[in-house]
Amino acid sequence: MCLGIPGKVIEIFDENGLKMGKIDYSGSINKACLEYVPEIEIGQYTVVHAGFGISILDEEEAKKSLKIWEEFADSAAQEGVDILGNPLDEDQ
Amino acid sequence: MKYLDEFRDPVLAKKIVAEINATVTRPWVIMEICGGQTHSIIRNGIDQVLAKEIELVHGPGCPVCVTPLEIIDKAIEIASRPDVIFTSFGDMLRVPGSKKDLFMVKSEGGDVRTVYSPLEAVEIARNNPDKEVVFFAVGFETTAPGNSMAIYTAAKERLTNFSELVSHVLVPPAMEALLSSPDNRVQGYLAAGHVCTVMGLEEYIPIAQKYHVPIVATGFEPIDILEGILLVVKQLEEGRCDVENQYLRSVKLKGNIPAQNIIQKVYKVTNRKWRGIGEIPRSGLSIREEYIDFDAEKKFSVGDINTMESDLCISGEILQGLKKPHECPAFGKECTPTHPLGATMVSAEGACAAYYKYQRLR
Ligand code: SF4
Repeated sequence: MCLGIPGKVIEIFDENGLKMGKIDYSGSINKACLEYVPEIEIGQYTVVHAGFGISILDEEEAKKSLKIWEEFADSAAQEGVDILGNPLDEDQ
Repeated sequence: MKYLDEFRDPVLAKKIVAEINATVTRPWVIMEICGGQTHSIIRNGIDQVLAKEIELVHGPGCPVCVTPLEIIDKAIEIASRPDVIFTSFGDMLRVPGSKKDLFMVKSEGGDVRTVYSPLEAVEIARNNPDKEVVFFAVGFETTAPGNSMAIYTAAKERLTNFSELVSHVLVPPAMEALLSSPDNRVQGYLAAGHVCTVMGLEEYIPIAQKYHVPIVATGFEPIDILEGILLVVKQLEEGRCDVENQYLRSVKLKGNIPAQNIIQKVYKVTNRKWRGIGEIPRSGLSIREEYIDFDAEKKFSVGDINTMESDLCISGEILQGLKKPHECPAFGKECTPTHPLGATMVSAEGACAAYYKYQRLR
């Protein structure tokens, strides 16, 4: 639960009155709530904790750090789950 | 230097290690607070490439590990009720309670569901008006923004069938409790970067000054951790005790204000017991009066709970930086990730699990 994962915002929408986004984490796409990063725009990177964006990352820095998350995704794949811990065979 | 070659930027890593080792002249004990950092340190062998004067001890920064046994037992009791859908982050399911874990409740037919975000639990409550939906709200300051938002949203929508079993803990009071203990060995802290992202840095300043310890907000990648250690070692050698920020790309001095606002609206600071450590004053969050209808502990009167800890487990001492996992007689024998006796073996962020996974036997 404590893994804060950096991801790129690829879509922003409203859901039940909350600002939400689709986030791309090195290939796995999932939803996150963006209420705490109200000024974030599509294309920017955010650190997501348990489904909530908690900061807007500096883009250069975020890109540098993505490689390590790809490694995480690879090692997670060996255990049969994606970077978020979801089983890989369950298409989302 | 075998480990360093596996880093994202081995040249930079080697440079920082060389600088740390050239700076250090005396023995220092540095604690990383966060279990995510512990995992990264052991995985990458950071502790093994540093000069022998630097000892890294592992802190209590894993919410799965420090959630008290009573709360786990309460969760198990609530989750076993037929009218309840019990929702939780996945890593709480295998934490052993006195007699069983949530996973066993599920296999016995209880409706226990893992969610990735607390908002999913709210969604389940929306879709199941005839059921009580309980979310197990655990974590540090990093999950508090989401967990408080879940109650805030449920209250706005009057979803009276939603509630939270809250066991939130706060990092700075625990850091202070460790420093004020007579057994304390910690001389410098790597503070948890994501906790600081939410809460900012200001609350660390009085702690650094009062106990004369450098505190450096640090990220999670190997290079971040090495930079954090370098900043702490420099301060120690120079006799400084400042609060510094290694994790500039995410941490701002004031933290995330909108997140702090919702946390404060829904939760209040309270005394909290930490598994293995005991009660620490003002070290947790509980639900405010205004939102008391969403408090699962009030909603479900859970009878007297008699807890039973394994008497072999020394995780309390490990969480305080007094012992290392391989010093536990049960480590790798009676206690393994498939048969954990203590919470520090359950969570991937627990020190025992990291030592086991990366075969750190000395
Ligand atoms: S190895 Fe197991 S029994 Fe020993 S301290 Fe760690 S969790 Fe407890």
